[in-house]
Amino acid sequence: MTDTATVQAVEPAPVDRHQQARRTTLRLTLLLIATSVLSLASGASGTSLWSALGDLIAGRELALVDKVILFDIRLPRLIEGILVGAALAVSGAVMQGLFRNPLADPGIVGVSAGAGLGAISAIVLAGLLPFALRDLMGSHLVSLAAFLGGWGTTLLLYRVSTRNRQTSVATMLLAGIALGALSGALSGILVYMADDDQLRDLTFWGMGSLAGATWSKVFAAGPIILLALTVTPFLARGLNGLALGEAAAAHIGIPVQRMKNTAILSVAAATGAAVAISGGIGFVGIVVPHLLRLANGPDHRTLLPNAALLGATLLLGADMLSRSIIAPAELPIGIVTATLGAPVFLWILMRRMPGMRL
Amino acid sequence: MTGLSPCRRGLFALTAVFVSCFAASVVVGDGRGERIVSVGGSVTEIIYALGQQDRLVGRDTTSVYPVQVNTLPDVGYMRRLSPEGLLSVNPDMIIAIEGAGPDETIDVLDAAQIRFETIPEGYTRAAVGEKIRAVGAALGEDEAADTLAEKVDAEIASAVDAAQATAGNQRVLFVLSAKGSKIMAGGTGTAADGIISMAGGVNAIDQFEGYKTLTDEAVTRAAPDVILMMKSRGAPTGSDRDLYAHPAISTTPAGRNKALVRIDGVHLLGFGPRTGSAVTELAAAIKAAGNS
Repeated sequence: MTDTATVQAVEPAPVDRHQQARRTTLRLTLLLIATSVLSLASGASGTSLWSALGDLIAGRELALVDKVILFDIRLPRLIEGILVGAALAVSGAVMQGLFRNPLADPGIVGVSAGAGLGAISAIVLAGLLPFALRDLMGSHLVSLAAFLGGWGTTLLLYRVSTRNRQTSVATMLLAGIALGALSGALSGILVYMADDDQLRDLTFWGMGSLAGATWSKVFAAGPIILLALTVTPFLARGLNGLALGEAAAAHIGIPVQRMKNTAILSVAAATGAAVAISGGIGFVGIVVPHLLRLANGPDHRTLLPNAALLGATLLLGADMLSRSIIAPAELPIGIVTATLGAPVFLWILMRRMPGMRL
Repeated sequence: MTGLSPCRRGLFALTAVFVSCFAASVVVGDGRGERIVSVGGSVTEIIYALGQQDRLVGRDTTSVYPVQVNTLPDVGYMRRLSPEGLLSVNPDMIIAIEGAGPDETIDVLDAAQIRFETIPEGYTRAAVGEKIRAVGAALGEDEAADTLAEKVDAEIASAVDAAQATAGNQRVLFVLSAKGSKIMAGGTGTAADGIISMAGGVNAIDQFEGYKTLTDEAVTRAAPDVILMMKSRGAPTGSDRDLYAHPAISTTPAGRNKALVRIDGVHLLGFGPRTGSAVTELAAAIKAAGNS
């Protein structure tokens, strides 16, 4: 990460990046609003947001199907898309700041691997649960198991890498790889045990989708994600200081250990909840913070809110594509984010290569 | 807006009552099934066999027979149906094979007051009849379904009798997919197991349920006389030569005699109205392959 002095030395006409980032925030807010409206207005069915609004204003009853499509399908899906996109992008930005590594993503604290293991366990082993419990949980079983798996793995990783109330980021990185491999192996055993239908279910789970968005999912995951996201702005100064290195950050008065605790726990909560309701959606957590750093520099005070806005917008855009390309069927959104995101990201990296600093 | 949702649900319910009372809309409420989405290959075949195809407005990805059905919009894979995708074809009833979902989608369809009929799946002669009668009941065509079920049952009975009469109790290994060296085979409780035993063969796998990847030793121990695979619709999933070159397969009687049978998967495993001809075709193929 570059400090302000070098940026100004490299660039011929020094610009006020803070000012610039504020303008980006405004633009991204407008973009998110526009995308949200578009997302409510578009879908496989012919239901039109505009004629529905017209009817509501004129005091006419909407047809039941139109109501269900607008309020029980598109609206929860829109909110879930915003929550999940923001959660993934902000979590990515926080992790990259904390680990001082541009390749870090929420997966580095084990939350993705753990959530995957949880989801696979629920899909494959649900049959072992008492029927009454399974019936009660219904489709929420997989989400709950994914959240617990993600959260549990992160706590375990945190325990392993904390000695004498000091969390070693290096140990965490390595232990994360080990725990990831272990989760992968356990998942492998479950995959081996799975039957054909379960295999299909877990393949689709891994590709992520907002198609199953319901109000109950939004109500369950929303508070967790919102709580975690409101905590992150308080980390911004600390993450900026951490760019100097842990020792230097501590010397300038940043409570490094407390910051690590908060960062790790909030990332695990936000990502865990996001993955639990939408499955594995890759790439957002890495690409969004990078794009913003390339545009506005690495200051976390603006990077974090901008990441939330851009993450939400990108996921909504990807979701609109995923449900329109092969309509009335749908593509899993993880496929869309990767196939479109990866080449765009590569192109930006190559174009910026000469002056690029991460 | 979050707090409003229960109110909205209440509103929906009220609207539904309103709509159905006054029959203000032909789209919702009456549920007679004039605009049907069929989910599951065998369900679709039964609807065609009952001559009710004009009521179809959509199908799922697994519904590919008869060929005319492919002109209908495809609403996605049966286990991953998207609620808006389904509603976009404006159905008043969905007839789906057991296992279709996910549950979230079915809940939304409930909210939209769309009739959702689940047809029990099964891989026996009796199950085929039950399926046909269940589809018939959903369509309101019980008598036609009874007639069809009896006709199909008689076909299956004579096919099974003929197959059993000439059967040599050959061990048949159903290979769902052979990618690289991984052989995924059908155990007990599968459609493959059902059709193999109806055709007078013996499923070479009886240690596990469902479809699983076999170790090389398990392939050797299964010692199949015939290997059964699905004929692929697009590019072949793996050539015959690759399969024979598999070290474990090459030790089995089927591998030595190059006894491989490929049958169209939808026909073979559908357990729909064409089950009788599937049994006959499989029995003949097993016999021919076993004698080679």
